[in-house]
Amino acid sequence: MKCKRCGARAEVQLRAHNTAFCRPCYLFFFRRQVERAIAAQRMLAPGERIVVAVSGGKDSLALWDVLVDLGYDTTGLYLGLGIGEYSDRSQEKVERFAAGRDLPLRVVKLEAEGPGLGVPGVAAATRRAPCAACGTMKRHYFDAAAFSGGFDVLATGHNLDDEAARLLGNVLRWQKDHLARQRPVLPPTHPKFVRKVKPLYLTSEYETAVYAFMRGIDYIVDECPNAVGATQLVYKAALDRLEVESPGTKLAFVKEFLRSAQPAFAAVEQREPQECATCGMPAYGALCSFCSLVREVEGRRARAASALPA
Amino acid sequence: MRVHLRPQRRTVEMRGPRRVGALLAELGILPGTAMVIRGDLLLTEADVVEEADEVEIRAVISGGAA
Repeated sequence: MKCKRCGARAEVQLRAHNTAFCRPCYLFFFRRQVERAIAAQRMLAPGERIVVAVSGGKDSLALWDVLVDLGYDTTGLYLGLGIGEYSDRSQEKVERFAAGRDLPLRVVKLEAEGPGLGVPGVAAATRRAPCAACGTMKRHYFDAAAFSGGFDVLATGHNLDDEAARLLGNVLRWQKDHLARQRPVLPPTHPKFVRKVKPLYLTSEYETAVYAFMRGIDYIVDECPNAVGATQLVYKAALDRLEVESPGTKLAFVKEFLRSAQPAFAAVEQREPQECATCGMPAYGALCSFCSLVREVEGRRARAASALPA
Repeated sequence: MRVHLRPQRRTVEMRGPRRVGALLAELGILPGTAMVIRGDLLLTEADVVEEADEVEIRAVISGGAA
């Protein structure tokens, strides 16, 4: 197979784009895709300070790499989730990536933030799915770090497959409030929020993995042990089957949703956040989701302690 | 050929050459869900893997519900 751009031996075939590329042409294509997404959605402006949420996985490290390559002012933010050896190895990957490129990195470890605040502890105490507890905690710490650090934008490595799977889940349950907020750019709705952007929202998981491989990025290949059986993976598998039968399905699903349906959901979403009574961050109730979760953990810990024999 | 599957950390031995597309199908892996790596190079579905080759098939799927 030949590169469609230069005729050299192709290393990657992209059925959704009906094309194939050699390594130099693929890297050019990938950067241009990200650049176009950023420009089309007005995600980033020159001179803005960007905090990039990095997990040690291919998507977030590929995002950080390409943003640096495009000349943006970036700082990495790693959140240690307390998932045993998996979190330790993820942190090592992120630290090595940052040190090798002399990039600023901030590390927050949940277990250092309070007793029992690691994801496994919170999931067990609240009897929630680990991914649900993890999502709530990540959003809180990312928002808080972006605000307290004086950043203009929070960038995450959500890719096309993430967005398509999330959209499928939201549509299957008609979660109108979630559909209203499913956008590649979320403008701040409160002074303590910063703009949130997903520059990889149109690049597939395969494309980010290929970019990371070609750029020599040492990312964590192992799956999070808590993700086994996660609903999002079931949706991804279903979409993968559709994609094989009809290449470009995921891209069309997400792009067409954003073009024709999302504005209608956004138009009826009127909720304005208040401030959380405990932490002061934006909240849609008396407490933010994170503080509600922490209160639940503390309550269960207190009840467990009082049930112990003296 | 020797095929290393990641992240499963499993290795399978297969006899005879075959195209990457056929190799993936035999292993029940959908195209676009894994990279096929020989040495420092990525292979496309049209490339042939020889019996003496050693390749890595690295899944690209990640994520939970967050």
